[in-house]
Amino acid sequence: MSADETSSGLIFPHRHLLGIEGLLPQEIGSLLDLADTYVDQNRQTNKKKSVLSGRTQINLFFENSTRTQSSFELAGKRLGADVMNMSVASSSIKKGETLIDTAQTLNAMHPDLLCVRHGDSGAVALLARKVGCAVVNGGDGSHEHPTQALLDALTIRRRKGRLEGLTVAICGDILHSRVARSNILLLNTMGARVRVVAPPTLLPAGIERMGVEIFHDMRKGLKDVDIVMMLRLQLERMNGSFVPSVREYFHLFGLDHEKLAEAKPDALIMHPGPMNRGVEIDSEVADDINRSVIREQVEMGVAVRMAVLDALSRNLPNTPILNGGGK
Amino acid sequence: MSRTAFLNARLLDPASGLDEKGALLVEDGKIADLGPRLFNDGVPEGVESVDCGGHVLSPGLIDMHVYTGEPGNEHRETLGSATQAAAAGGVTTIIVMPNTSPVIDDVALVDFIKRRARDTGLVNVHPMAALTKDLKGEQMSEMGLLKEAGAVAFTDADRPLTDARLMRRAMAYSTYLNTLIVNHAAEPSLTEGGVMNEGELASRLGLSGIHRLAETMMIERDLRIVEMTGARYHVPQVSTAESVEIIRKAKRRGLKVTCGASACHLTLNENDVGNYLTFCKLDPPLRAEDDRRAVVEGVADGTVDVIVSAHDPQDAETKRLPFAQSAFGAVGLETLLPAALSLVHNGDLTLGQALGALTFQPADLLDLEAGRLAAGRPADLTLIDMNVPWVLDRYKLKSKSKNSPYDERRLQGRVLRTLVNGKTVYVPDED
Repeated sequence: MSADETSSGLIFPHRHLLGIEGLLPQEIGSLLDLADTYVDQNRQTNKKKSVLSGRTQINLFFENSTRTQSSFELAGKRLGADVMNMSVASSSIKKGETLIDTAQTLNAMHPDLLCVRHGDSGAVALLARKVGCAVVNGGDGSHEHPTQALLDALTIRRRKGRLEGLTVAICGDILHSRVARSNILLLNTMGARVRVVAPPTLLPAGIERMGVEIFHDMRKGLKDVDIVMMLRLQLERMNGSFVPSVREYFHLFGLDHEKLAEAKPDALIMHPGPMNRGVEIDSEVADDINRSVIREQVEMGVAVRMAVLDALSRNLPNTPILNGGGK
Repeated sequence: MSRTAFLNARLLDPASGLDEKGALLVEDGKIADLGPRLFNDGVPEGVESVDCGGHVLSPGLIDMHVYTGEPGNEHRETLGSATQAAAAGGVTTIIVMPNTSPVIDDVALVDFIKRRARDTGLVNVHPMAALTKDLKGEQMSEMGLLKEAGAVAFTDADRPLTDARLMRRAMAYSTYLNTLIVNHAAEPSLTEGGVMNEGELASRLGLSGIHRLAETMMIERDLRIVEMTGARYHVPQVSTAESVEIIRKAKRRGLKVTCGASACHLTLNENDVGNYLTFCKLDPPLRAEDDRRAVVEGVADGTVDVIVSAHDPQDAETKRLPFAQSAFGAVGLETLLPAALSLVHNGDLTLGQALGALTFQPADLLDLEAGRLAAGRPADLTLIDMNVPWVLDRYKLKSKSKNSPYDERRLQGRVLRTLVNGKTVYVPDED
């Protein structure tokens, strides 16, 4: 099945992808279907398509990122777009006016697609209101990281054949994690059961209202789950502020074979990367080729981002925007 | 198998309300049986027997607030000398505070305390561990690992944790470990420089006062955080009438709050400071008589859960100084029981109330097996002569430090025998 065959079945009537919130199950499903075709294409010798031919894609990263930015870059290039990376040192950028100034500057360059990461929750949505092109949220603060949730869903669906009815444990720093929020939203929308496993200090208030089951004991939290999704714990949050120490965290919440034994025998291990081995995940577990799909997630990332860029480009106006457009 | 029968005893178990004549059998360090009819037909052969002479046989006392000098200040008190003092006072379990040098904030130090206590101690010793690293009030300690190693609760000892954000996180973190958070209730900006209760007496003596507000304010703040996090929280020593009332109300609201009072605060008041007596310089300070009475009533109605010695050995170097410059604290392991009994003798407390706050109530707070007269429990026992009068001579104290506010006072009631895990660890010297 090629991308062209699925294009008629694509349901994605959105101008931007700012979050998972608000997406319908069939929209997510059809994005994943499209992404599946790109997985196949990316495994061919000729990976190039021309659906974004003539389009300009700007990756605007206010936060440092290697893998997400290169994944967006590769996705755009494989679809034939002209891709430019703008890494903005976070220290030189202030909120509010300056962000809008940046938007005005970008508008003048007439991009078609803008992939943005920003350290503040809501900043990508703010930018999206001020530019004339399609915007993909590449992660905003502790709010959402929709392409990560989509690539996780694609990884799971390809391995397990479905999302519905699976039990997924998301473990670690839920409080600061945009990955957790997007995944909770997506998995709930698709009919999976979501658990969060963390000490009380790393859970945001009212998280149970997002439709998750809370566990503070990792062994109980992992009992009979299909998927173990680990999150990265920033080192600066670990020395007595949110948790007492690295060794206590690893002892109680680090994924090792002993805790993993509680999960289903065929449970998959996922991690958005970059991993802190010996902090949230044992090296042995991370490298277990039978269980860990961590490298597969990276592959799915490119395919999912191609699907997202492709889908959004279909909703772009085909007539050129005149000077002063995109107010 | 070693078996010992304790005959002709007044069996007193505050947890079950048992108070009747009977016998008790100890088998291999555990209580095997007890009751009014046990051994009515005589003691079987091979069982050693001890005649209790009709005296009170109680679960051994549990003192959840003891400072020692080990490690770091062994000249004031070692774990060995503290446990000797405990045994002489009928105390079979002591909980030691973490403000040693180095601070008990690491698994290795919990192991050290347990090993030293096992090798040199006469009674059970459990450490509380530091709530924050190095007691600095900046980063929470490894509560999970420390609890697994054997820490029974978490506290910064005599240092209050003032940072509200850290207290919130520490309490939240403690909930899933189900550990007890103990915070010395004293707002430092209000206690700074103070040396005794603020009031007329301090004014007459020309000493700077510590207002009751320093205590009540900290308790009220902490209770707000308890309400939000659902943590188990304990005020180690209450000293004011209002503190007791605040905790009484909080308990009624269903908060998991408990508190203790020291034997000194239950039996002495600010007037005992008298002529600048540094042995009566305590933290929290001895308060007014109304406060003392209210704290006693708190024990009687169950608001105050535990009575502690707050045993704090200080030597001449730290106590033989002008009042303002001297250290806070008093030794108390050997006077804990007679001080508590004085409240029974004058009718303020029943024997069950007094001993309850010294046995099963602290045991329940700290999840200890001891503290009850029941089959299968450890044979930690104290045989008490309720009535014998005596005068305290501080130089006869087993504790290495002699800073007792009860020096030369008349006391009533004494320990006749102390057993830990079925083994006699104390009988009085022949006078």
